[in-house]
Order: sequence, then structure tokens, then C-alpha cells
Amino acid sequence: MTAVVELEGVERTFDGTPPVEALKATNVVVNQGDYVAIVGPSGSGKSTLLHLLGLLDSPTAGTYRLDGVDTQGISEAEKAGLRATRIGFVFQSFHLLATRTTVENVALGELYVAGSKADRKARAVEALTRVGLGHRLDAYPTTLSGGERQRVAVARALAASPALLLADEPTGNLDSVTTASILDLFDELHQSGLTVMMITHDRNVAARADRQLNINDGVVTEEAMERA
Amino acid sequence: MTPARSTFALRDMVSEAVIALTARPARTILTALGTVLGVAALVATLGLANTAGNQIVGRFNELEATSVAVTPQRNTGFGGRDGQSVSFIPWDAGDRLERLNGVVAAGTKSDVDINGALSRSVPVVDPTGLNEFQVPMIAVSPGLFEAARSEIIGRAFDEGHNLRSDPVAVLGRGAAERLNVTRIDNSPAIFIGDQAVTVIGIMSDTAREPDLLNAIVVPDGYARERWALNAPAEVVVETEVGAAELIGTQAAVALAPNAPEQLRVTKPPSPRRIRTSVQDDVNALFLALGGLSLLVGAIGIANVTLVSVLERTGEIGLRQALGATRRHVAAQFLFESAALGAFAGLLGTSLGILITVIVSASRDWTPVLEAWLPLSAPFIGAAIGLLAGTYPAWKASATEPIQALRNG
Repeated sequence: MTAVVELEGVERTFDGTPPVEALKATNVVVNQGDYVAIVGPSGSGKSTLLHLLGLLDSPTAGTYRLDGVDTQGISEAEKAGLRATRIGFVFQSFHLLATRTTVENVALGELYVAGSKADRKARAVEALTRVGLGHRLDAYPTTLSGGERQRVAVARALAASPALLLADEPTGNLDSVTTASILDLFDELHQSGLTVMMITHDRNVAARADRQLNINDGVVTEEAMERA
Repeated sequence: MTPARSTFALRDMVSEAVIALTARPARTILTALGTVLGVAALVATLGLANTAGNQIVGRFNELEATSVAVTPQRNTGFGGRDGQSVSFIPWDAGDRLERLNGVVAAGTKSDVDINGALSRSVPVVDPTGLNEFQVPMIAVSPGLFEAARSEIIGRAFDEGHNLRSDPVAVLGRGAAERLNVTRIDNSPAIFIGDQAVTVIGIMSDTAREPDLLNAIVVPDGYARERWALNAPAEVVVETEVGAAELIGTQAAVALAPNAPEQLRVTKPPSPRRIRTSVQDDVNALFLALGGLSLLVGAIGIANVTLVSVLERTGEIGLRQALGATRRHVAAQFLFESAALGAFAGLLGTSLGILITVIVSASRDWTPVLEAWLPLSAPFIGAAIGLLAGTYPAWKASATEPIQALRNG
């Protein structure tokens, strides 16, 4: 099994008086096809971990290998390239552009990857069909329900066929029924072989994952779980 | 393994800018307005200056443009001969000039001093004097009738009459009326003092030298012999169209090779173009206004783009998560404001040209516009947009993705 995410002694300290140790030395390996939930109360450092994993932030110590690439000392453009091709982001507040149709929103997922517009559109349609929105291609986000919007966001994350799906509280803005359907979608993606890492504060949501990382005061511990 | 760098292709940048600008058309147009007006003012000012400067003064008049007249210089206060001719025009002046290429016809013309002699058309001297009038006499060479484009009923005299000093005359229309000469088929005679002359033609109209119409027109030779005419007073020349300038320079030499400066040649004014300093002042004022308007327009673009950057923080964060580098973000906003500027430039140019054309139409001018002006205006607009977008683009590129994503 190949490792998608390898964290070795990764730390993140924010400057200040006194300096804040948001994440203490962390060692985590996530293999391809893993479904990992990161659980912790607010202020525990789970957002910091997510930003490090998503290459939106750099660790102050340790090494982070994403899909076999050491992210230490690579240029900003190369980091951005990894974000564009290897990581798919799903946010709590969806971040869809209101003036664009669903298919245009999904195609944005590949905007910073070389390729033709027609190919992007084709893959966007494919991704939307995959999340069950093949019938709302030309709808605008404002006309969609919360669950549909999050599906569009998931489709956008899938458009560039990433190695890792990073979800930040994906169900935080959704009701329980919609939450369940989004989690079903994550299950499906996981079963098709996608590596998923999901941040949540909801234990019930976290329970759907295979592995659960608890984070508390910047310390990450793995919860022993019964493999289903 | 080195990961692929993220890219932002030019055509993607173009389509992103178009989408962003068309998403809020009203805002886009209002933002562009200042620049539109600035460019319009510049284009209209330069266009109108160009147009006005190229208008030919007056209208082209074929008759004027083909007229050349030669008269002797007048002596000014030398030895009490004030006003007298200092040089003589030769009697064969018409023939000499007709040999020049470009001359259609030429003839001499002189007022004849008849010492107050009265003219009448009846042979009997009427003591009451009711049939006698003072009619001016003009001596011409036969070529003058053609040079003056005279229309004659009957016939004009020819070189033979001239050489023989025949007492013949062509009466001007007005003179014929006064002398009560109504027909010429019976060759009526008129008397000037005690000199009898035969009327062979009546001049019904003439394009040049209208004083002929009120005169008794006689051959040079006759006036020289009977009325002591010294020399022709003037040479009237009709040239081909466009030849007047050339003939004007040649005529004096042809007539007085020894002292051409003794002859004064009157030729039609060459077409001139208006260009006054007043207009330049007005231009400077309008150009300054246009420049000021452009500055205001640039500030407007900068302002709205900055607001738009703040509004679109979430979008910027998303783009960064999707693989945009800071450079890509900056490039996108720069491109948007440059496109806005170019659009404003294009619109402003159209408006400026429209103003130029309308003003020209209302003044019956031919609109003249230098080609570089409309072609470069969109680039000027783009440059303004680029300049205006610099600070907002920098601001956008400095957005922290973590912050941006949390807020959006």
C-alpha cells in the first residue's frame, strides 16, 4: 500500500509572545484508500493540521511528503501545482461562485492545470454526474439546496482527480438528512478508492470514517477503532 | 520527483476577466465611465483640431482659380509722376502670353481717355442734347473677348480690324441700351464726339471684366490712332485649371523680359489651411481636461477594483486552494482592470469619433482623423486600467488563503 500522506515530526509554531505551538511534533501516515476523520474541539489545532495537509501553510519543523513528494523546499508554484493536481478541497461554506453555473464552478477545479476548456468541461460534467447532479449542470448555486451545493463543491474537488480529498467540516452547514446523504457520498468515494481526510467536531460524523485522529492542544493521537 | 507547477493560461485569464466583468454589467459600465469620458474628450479634441486645421479656406471657385491679371507697377512719388505707369505693357501682350503652356486666352484692356466726348447714335447734332451721353470707351485686343468669356451678339472684331485701326465697336449691353442701339444687322453707326464707328456686335454678358458691359469696346489699334492711347493698361489672362500659379510667375517675364519686376501680377490666392494660435490654446485646454478626466477615471477603476478585491476575498482563497499562486491572483486582477480600461478606451474612442463627425457635419466640414488616434486609444485605456489595477492586484495577491477561506 502506498502512502499518500506522510508526516514526520511535523510541528507548527506561530510567532508571538509567547509563541503558540498550534501543532506539536506529529507523525501520521495515511495510505491510499484510507478514510480518516480528524476530530477535536475548536482551538485544538485541527484547522492548522488541515492547512498544513492542504499546503496552504508550511510546517516550522518536520517533513511532509504528499503522494511521495517532499514538500520541503519546493517553490510556491510547485506547491500550488500540488494543490491543483493532488488535493481536492471541500469547505464548510462551499465557496461556490454565485455568478457561474454548476458546471462552470466545477470546471474551476482544473483552472490552474494545463488543459483545454472542452476537456475541463467534459470532466466537470463527469464529476457532477458522479455526485448525482448530472441533471443540474446549468443551474446557478443560488437555486440549489445546501446539500446540492456541497455536492457541487465535492464535484469541483474531484474534477482534477486528486490523490487526496481534504474536507473541512463538510457537513457543518447542513441538516441531519443532508449530512447523511453527503456522508453516503463520501462512503461511495472512499469505496471507489479515493483517500479522504475529513475534519469534524461531530463524533457521529467521525464514526463513519475508518480511522479517527483525535487532536487536543496540538497533540494528535490515533483512536483505536474496530475495522468494519 | 518534482511536482508540476500550476499554470494559468492566457486564454483562461481572458475568459475569467470577461466573466468577472460581465457578471455585473452596470457596475462595469459605471466604473469605466470616467475613462470613457476622458478618452472621448482626448479623441474629440485631437479629432476636431485635425478636422478644423484641414479645412480649406473658402470654396473652390473655378473662375477665380483660372484668372491672372498683369498691370504695370505704379510709380510712387518719384519726380511728381505719382500714380503713373513706370513700364509699358506691349501691344502684343495677348499673343505673347497665349504662347505660354497653360494659357487658354489672353488679351489687353485699357480705358480710353475720350476727353469728355459725348456719344450718340444719330448723325444729327441735337441742340437739346437729349440723345447724347457720356459713355466710357475701353480698348481691347481681340483675344480679350475669349479671356473675359464674353458673349457677343453679332461679331467681335478680329486681328484684321485691330491692325487696320478700323473704326468698329462692340457695345456693352448697358451702353447699347443707353445709345438706343437695338439691332446690329443693319450695321448701325454711333458717334463719339465727331468720330463715327460702326457697331458690329453687342456684348450680352461677360464672366470677367463686367465694366465692359457699360462701355463702347473698340480695338486697340483704333484707340491708339484716334484717341492717343499710349500702352495697354492691363492684360487679362484665362489659364487652365491649376495653371494660374505657374502662369503668374511666367507672365511678367514673358511681357517684360528686361524688367519683370516692373509688372504686377495678380493671381488667385493659393488654398490655405486654417491654423491659428487661438485654436492651439483651446486644444491645450481641452487636452488638459481630457487628461484630468483620465486621471479621475483611473482613480475610479482603482477604487472599484479594490472594493471588488475585498468582496471577493473568499473567491481569492478558493482560487489559491485550487492551485493559484499569488502571481496568478495578481495577474487576474491586473488583467481585469486592464480589460476594463481597454473597453473604456474603445467606448471613449467611438464616442470621440462620433462627436468629431457630428460637429463636422454641423459645420459642413470634412472630418479628418489621424489613424493612430483611434487605433491607440484602446491601448491608452488598457494602460490606464493596468496602472489603476496595480495596487488592488497587489492587495489581492497578499490575501492569506487561510483567512480568506474562513471568512468566505
